[in-house]
Amino acid sequence: MSQGAALSVSSPSLSAPAAVADVALRGLDITFALKTGEQHAAVKAIDLTVAPGEFVAIVGPTGCGKSTLLNAAAGLLKPSAGKVEIQGAVLAGLNAKAGYLFQADALMPWKTAIDNVAVALEPQGVPRAEALQRAQDWLARVGLKGFAQRYPHMLSGGQRKRVALAQMLIRDPQILLMDEPFGPLDAQTRQIMGNLLLDLWAANKKAVMFVTHDLEEAIALADRVVVMSAGPAAGIVGDFRVELPRPRDIAEIRVEPAFHAIHKAIWASLRVEVQKAYAQGEQLGEEAQQ
Amino acid sequence: MNRTTLLALQILVGIAFLVVWHLLTTVPMANGKPLFAPFFFSTPLDVLARTWKDITGGTLWRHLGITMLETVLAFGIGAGAGIVVGFAFARRELLAAVFDPYVKAANALPRVVLAPIFALWFGLGIWSKVALGFTLVFFIVFFNVYQGVKEVSPTVLANARMLGMNERQLLRHVYWPAALTWMFSSLHTSVGFALIGAVVGEYLGSSAGLGYKIHEAESVFDVTGVFSGMLILTIVVIILDAIVTRIENRLLVWRPDTTARTT
Ligand SMILES: Nc1ncnc2c1ncn2[C@@H]1O[C@H](COP(=O)(O)OP(=O)(O)OP(=O)(O)O)[C@@H](O)[C@H]1O
Ligand SMILES: [Mg+2]
Repeated sequence: MSQGAALSVSSPSLSAPAAVADVALRGLDITFALKTGEQHAAVKAIDLTVAPGEFVAIVGPTGCGKSTLLNAAAGLLKPSAGKVEIQGAVLAGLNAKAGYLFQADALMPWKTAIDNVAVALEPQGVPRAEALQRAQDWLARVGLKGFAQRYPHMLSGGQRKRVALAQMLIRDPQILLMDEPFGPLDAQTRQIMGNLLLDLWAANKKAVMFVTHDLEEAIALADRVVVMSAGPAAGIVGDFRVELPRPRDIAEIRVEPAFHAIHKAIWASLRVEVQKAYAQGEQLGEEAQQ
Repeated sequence: MNRTTLLALQILVGIAFLVVWHLLTTVPMANGKPLFAPFFFSTPLDVLARTWKDITGGTLWRHLGITMLETVLAFGIGAGAGIVVGFAFARRELLAAVFDPYVKAANALPRVVLAPIFALWFGLGIWSKVALGFTLVFFIVFFNVYQGVKEVSPTVLANARMLGMNERQLLRHVYWPAALTWMFSSLHTSVGFALIGAVVGEYLGSSAGLGYKIHEAESVFDVTGVFSGMLILTIVVIILDAIVTRIENRLLVWRPDTTARTT
């Protein structure tokens, strides 16, 4: 495969016009009203569609509005302008079709690992004995077989993330929203979890919005990598299709020449934004000091 | 310092206090009388002897039983009402906003002044004491449940809602455990206040209970009887506190700090 074929830079949506997108953000603005009375425009004029079964990774400098986008797709945040469409229908209220893995700790601290996972089946009316059985299977899948009876505070950050992953996946949602799910994991576990995620996704293709600060991880996992600009009023500055063959192995794919070509192209656009965000941070710091 | 040394020192302080008390009230001074007259200060041995007599005698148990019944009723009804109202206020913004000044005013009121009114309304039996304990327990539980429901982590809540939980399931899996945590963190205080309500109520007007016994002894200047009543009250409080600690440790196993605590 030539490097040129592996890489194509495209404007927002590439999905076939016939298929209805699983998630479509159209002309989305999100503005926060600060306590001081000011308005903070977090993201502006976002157009992003995720086709059924498509794995989209979102990268961008810290604070640009990646979590904000996921919150909008989940229905937790109301757009200030524009709309969110889920499988063609405008989203009002919570997104019942989506599973959301939060960036912050979201497990119920008063429930053990297994109860946290099993309780996710309660809204679907699964009997408790069966739910516990399935929860145990899921804990085993994320490598936490022996930790079922631990409370969240007795688990490491990475272990908690894996419980949260099991909690999300056990419900088998059609759309997955994941906010830096592998953030606190070590490099090895990251690979294991990444491959596990790819296996699960390949078996039962779902639309995925995957936020990460690790560009290599984004490329290794995704069909598309979307680059956001530095905030405020962040937008999408790059939308790259990753045409690497599947099935992939997270560790092995990184040594392919095509991987490097894509990485180079995306990094060129991401670097500018990261530097911008860094400069802004410094400026704000200096202003605060004065 | 290890636990046995600490315990030894704690016991030593108690013994030293009793010895000093004993010496001051029994050893004759130059004028042939002890420095502290036993009539005013009693003596440790007298107090112990009286307490033992009361415990083995049988009348004490009836008084103790009544005080405990009042305490349990005051705590149960007060906590129940506090939970219900705390939940209602936390989940209904308007209700909380409208009643806020009245709740604050009611809580600022010194509850002891209500005791005679309760005696008037509910008679001299147990219910006037239960009412007094109720007014003390209710506010503690109410404020804690309200706070607990209000301060549920927004992420935990958002996650539970994303899992598809309806209002009832949210209540059961999120709000209730959060509120319970806060309530249990105030359990020592609220159980203590239930007992205080009972004893103060009895003290101010009744014909049974530990408070009544103390009052009765006081009215005939029976200092030994007063101290003996106080000793029994102290023992009861220590036992209640130990029970509460056990319940707390069992129900709050998931909390990071309870496992570290050894008391
Ligand atoms: N509730 C809020 N009120 C006010 N401002 C907010 C709020 N939530 C987010 N912001 C601001 O919006 C911007 C985007 O926040 P967001 O959490 O989406 O960033 P992010 O891209 O996920 O960052 P990170 O990579 O660090 O997680 C930030 O500047 C943040 O300060
Ligand atoms: Mg974020």
